[in-house]
Amino acid sequence: MVKNSKVLAESGKAPILESGHTFGSVTDKISSFVLTHRTPRGWYIGFGIGFIGVMLLGQTLANLLLQGTGIWGVTNPVGWGFDIINFVWWIGIGHAGTLISAILLLLRQEWRTSINRFAEAMTLFAVACAAMYPLFHTGRPWLAFYWLFPYPNTMGIWPQFRSPLMWDVFAVSTYGIVSLLFWFVGLIPDLATLRDRTQKRVPRFIFGMLAMGWRGSARHWNRYETAYLLLAGLSTPLVLSVHTIVSLDFAVAVIPGWHATIFPPYFVAGAIFAGFAMVLILAIPIRRFYRLEDFITMRHLENMAKIILVTGLIVSYGYMMEVFFGWYSANPYEDFMIQNRMRGPYSSIYWLLIGCNVLAPQVFWLKSMRTSIPALFIVSVIVSFGMWFERFIIVVTSLHRDFLPSSWGMYYPTKWDFGMFFGTIGLFVALLFLFLRFLPMISIFEMRTILPQAEIKEAE
Amino acid sequence: MKPRTPIYGLMAEFDNPTDLVAATQRVHGYGYKKIDAYSPYPIEDLHEVMELHGTKLPLLVLCGGILGGLGGYLLQYWTSVVDYPIPIGGRPLHSWPSFIPITFETTVLGAALTAVLGMLALNGLPMPYHPVFNVSRFALASRDRFFLCIEASDPKFDYDATWHFLESLKPKTISEVPH
Repeated sequence: MVKNSKVLAESGKAPILESGHTFGSVTDKISSFVLTHRTPRGWYIGFGIGFIGVMLLGQTLANLLLQGTGIWGVTNPVGWGFDIINFVWWIGIGHAGTLISAILLLLRQEWRTSINRFAEAMTLFAVACAAMYPLFHTGRPWLAFYWLFPYPNTMGIWPQFRSPLMWDVFAVSTYGIVSLLFWFVGLIPDLATLRDRTQKRVPRFIFGMLAMGWRGSARHWNRYETAYLLLAGLSTPLVLSVHTIVSLDFAVAVIPGWHATIFPPYFVAGAIFAGFAMVLILAIPIRRFYRLEDFITMRHLENMAKIILVTGLIVSYGYMMEVFFGWYSANPYEDFMIQNRMRGPYSSIYWLLIGCNVLAPQVFWLKSMRTSIPALFIVSVIVSFGMWFERFIIVVTSLHRDFLPSSWGMYYPTKWDFGMFFGTIGLFVALLFLFLRFLPMISIFEMRTILPQAEIKEAE
Repeated sequence: MKPRTPIYGLMAEFDNPTDLVAATQRVHGYGYKKIDAYSPYPIEDLHEVMELHGTKLPLLVLCGGILGGLGGYLLQYWTSVVDYPIPIGGRPLHSWPSFIPITFETTVLGAALTAVLGMLALNGLPMPYHPVFNVSRFALASRDRFFLCIEASDPKFDYDATWHFLESLKPKTISEVPH
């Protein structure tokens, strides 16, 4: 693997780690963000902004539980509004983290090493935000357990396992647990490093307990690597299954625009597309603020731009096929659905979606755009908006005008819908800042393995 | 030179992975069996020279996955067919295709939990105390130093002979590991 990075450096590509680093310098640099006594002022500002969102979320949820889901804009015929749009948007963002940590590991993409830890953290926080929506959409979450989780209850009833919504419960909870395990297993050796490097008693105790006595024994590493690879192998089909099952929530229904076999691959590609955009939105400021240009190099940013371009083309193909199916199916409802998307009351959002997701990523064909930090950041923000519009279009336009014109209606979100949306963004930001301050944001032990010094010289 | 109380072993420190692998190979080749090498990141060559092949973990994970899958399927079968059947328009109660997604998820869950808990259990973790932590320089094992420990319980262990043998490997330091 070391040879590999050398070859790439010679071929004129940017390196995945700038030269001049040693085992010690990599360890000290990354652990210093956690072990420093001085919290940077920028951290307080960032966390503060996130915390305002957490307060907003608390108020929204309190009001929601007191008054019920009537405070949202959902009603007949649009029973799935912001709650499902935001659920799908958040869960999609999470997918990039698992893709980086599992699929790129199996494909031996060395460059993933410096971004996998915070991408995995992003996954966990995005799943936490996502899971909140369906849970509160049940109206009374404390009563929802008996039909969401199979446990022997006094009523003697069981959940309906034939429903895609039940599949979703299992997919999202499994995904959350496995992502947490993967993240934690990756953290164990780094927690041991922090335990050994901190000077203070309380942090040493906490890191020591979390590291569980990890001592870097060769016998342990042997099993550790096996477990890590197996987890990567298990996470790969899992991550594909999660958005597949989310798409089945729609595709199993008979609603025009939802009942399509293209949904699973189209949703998975969209998830990776949105997720990598979010990784870039996070990586660019973190890299600058913490001066991580040596570790997160232009090569990482450019590779992510390429993935955005590829997955953007796949979702564009999905949009094309939706139009094609509308015509080729010769089904008047399907045809009307697509006409309504393009020319109906929500057409401005449809065209925004096309502009954001189809046109904007095309600039990444140019190397100058893939290596320009402002361009990467702006396109990533545009793509994040675009993917949100996509979910809005899928959820709302299909529901608001289906088979019977007498039951048509319009959906308008209320301030509480926005309150919960901005609230979960705040929660995501706040959790991310806590993570940056208290845990190593880059995997230290994996960074050591890509150093040239890690190469074992042949015995003479 | 010999300590009065029994010790855990003797530990040599190296500052690069190549020396550690070479030293481990010599120690292993000499016939010491109760040895362990400590490094700040996984070194595959080390697993080879210590002949650490064939961990039981993949087999355990396979069993965990099969148990998870069977458990998930049987849960759905028993609740939907036996304990709480909901007949709708004569549709089959044992509608197996709709049980597959959850069976898949519980398979992955069972396998993943086994992978992590199995790895920890086989490694004997959590183990907050271990004699090697008594060596103050061992804190560097999680930063940039590489250690090799020969345990006193090894039949070939003799304090002076082992000390001299470790010295011949040209380590940076040699330390005694007390209990």
